[in-house]
Amino acid sequence: MDQATAKGAKAAVKPIISFRNVSKRWGSTVGVDNVSLDIEPGEFFALLGPSGCGKTTLLRMLAGLEVPTEGHVLIDGQDMGDIPPNRRAVNMVFQSYAVFPHMTVADNVAYGLKIDRVAQPERDTRVQEALDLVQLGHLAARMPDQLSGGQRQRVALARALVKKPKVLLLDEPLSALDAKLREAMRFELSQLQQKVGITFIMVTHDQTEALAIASRIAVMNKGSIAQVGTPSDLYEFPATRFVADFIGSVNMFEGTLIDDKPDEATVACPELDPHRIHVPHAVPGKETSSVWVAIRPEKMNLHKDSGAPPSVPECPAAHNVAKGEIKEISYLGDISIFHVLLDGGRLIRISRPNRSRFDQDNFGWGEKVWVSWVGSSPVVLQS
Amino acid sequence: MAQRRAPLEYNRLWQMRLWLFAVFFFLYAPLVALIAFSFNDSKRNTVWRGFTLNYYKKLFGNEDLLIAFGNSLTIAFLATLISLVIGALAAVLLWRYRFMGKAVVEGAFTLPLVVPEICMGVAMLLFFTRVLPWPNNLIWPLNLGSIIIAHVSFCFPFVALVVRARLASFNKEQEEAARDLGANDWQAFRDVLLPHIRPALIAGGLLAFTLSLDDFVITFFTSGPDTITFPVKVYSMLRFSVTPEVNAASTMLIVLTIMLMVVMMAMQSRSQTKA
Repeated sequence: MDQATAKGAKAAVKPIISFRNVSKRWGSTVGVDNVSLDIEPGEFFALLGPSGCGKTTLLRMLAGLEVPTEGHVLIDGQDMGDIPPNRRAVNMVFQSYAVFPHMTVADNVAYGLKIDRVAQPERDTRVQEALDLVQLGHLAARMPDQLSGGQRQRVALARALVKKPKVLLLDEPLSALDAKLREAMRFELSQLQQKVGITFIMVTHDQTEALAIASRIAVMNKGSIAQVGTPSDLYEFPATRFVADFIGSVNMFEGTLIDDKPDEATVACPELDPHRIHVPHAVPGKETSSVWVAIRPEKMNLHKDSGAPPSVPECPAAHNVAKGEIKEISYLGDISIFHVLLDGGRLIRISRPNRSRFDQDNFGWGEKVWVSWVGSSPVVLQS
Repeated sequence: MAQRRAPLEYNRLWQMRLWLFAVFFFLYAPLVALIAFSFNDSKRNTVWRGFTLNYYKKLFGNEDLLIAFGNSLTIAFLATLISLVIGALAAVLLWRYRFMGKAVVEGAFTLPLVVPEICMGVAMLLFFTRVLPWPNNLIWPLNLGSIIIAHVSFCFPFVALVVRARLASFNKEQEEAARDLGANDWQAFRDVLLPHIRPALIAGGLLAFTLSLDDFVITFFTSGPDTITFPVKVYSMLRFSVTPEVNAASTMLIVLTIMLMVVMMAMQSRSQTKA
């Protein structure tokens, strides 16, 4: 994997997976709408989106379980066309794991090799290796109904990896596990990916999961790709309102661009009137065009009400502030979420880490407060 | 003092026990009487005159009856085999594919379950005399062909029904997983779908076999002079007199059916513990 990224830095690596203008329609229903996407070797790639956004269809097209209505799917430079699933160099871990219930763990893992007519001694070693890789070596003789959900998933992983695919496909790999196990499995999946060094492509609707594991994420909406980027790209620099809203939580204000200079811009939002939003960079878009400003809850500050608005560094007075009242406080242990009703009638979320066991500020329900944020926090969006 | 009855323990009510006894009595007393009187040392069935195995000896000396019995087993075996293949294929077809007129096909498959047997019998009789006259002088077991076809026509819907119900619980991702791991369509069917429906095939096969073995009405209309089956033979013996020999023959049929049931249930429970 390190080699792959090192090469990637020098010259563009040949993508292991390419979608070229791929669409999938069932009658008048559009599943996937003109998607083009390159995935590089060694990536842990996530397809993220709400249910019905086409992410699973895209994954199934790679496996050959769906055929695109239009466009081309390339695996390792080769156009897949009508090549059936059994002749593709990818393997899949299904959402239900799809472990064969009438075969032992070892037989499940050996199945793909038996079909490929891999001879006995080699088959046994490879099965044992794959089982050891997922730490199931001691359960080889068990039947699947004697395994827990997490163990069944490992069987499915071993069964796919034993075939040494170029790409491993994972359909919602963690959705059926309980919370604790899910967290452990996240870590284990990325460990596994680094160990075997092949490309992993995961489909998920859970943004935390995608952010935690993937090296790169494609956010999908209504059959199209909304944005592709690293987890921090998507979180800190969302390209659209959909992405900003889907990844993490966000306070969104609609407004008008009233002043756009090369090194600063000002946005007027009716809900924040008379205060305005100031950002220390140019915003693409014409003046007076309508824009949306997204600010993450943890990038907003709370201040006790002392009459005058708090001053925000490197920012004109009375910009990037708002006055309101705390409506609700959710104490979550590590952080607290404050629901603040702004004077403009808008309810926003602000999160604060509970750094000290004794909170000096001690904000209370119904308290009048000022809210502020620094100029680099807001993201100005055109669509 | 007896313990207090829990809300759903109806089986501890004396009324319920009486009811259960009545049900079992009227279900099984006739069968018990039938079997008991097959050992009765009397030409008539009415009075008990002492124990004998004479009628069983007579039974095994009755060549016509033995031939009829052989016919019955052959027909049942072949009809079951064909019904299993057709029924399973029909079930998979209806489960997997969507096509024009699927509802009609589905209805047509279940038709033999609801059409009165006597109508089926008459229809078969007409069919095999007018539409597709079955030659009379074929060698055994080809001369049983018309009966086998008739039996398949009412047996395979039962197989299809049972297999269809079983398929409803099949996880299609398993078949996709097999394909993904390199299996072609046939291998995926053989290695994944077939093991899943095996219990249904056993149950359906048992159903088909017993249905075929003791079918009287439809067979009566389709059998010729050389192709008598066991139930038809028993009926013809009844026409002369109700001797204990008929009882003995019926007892044999009951014992055979029960034995089959036991074997099949054992097979099924074994395949379930394996799965």
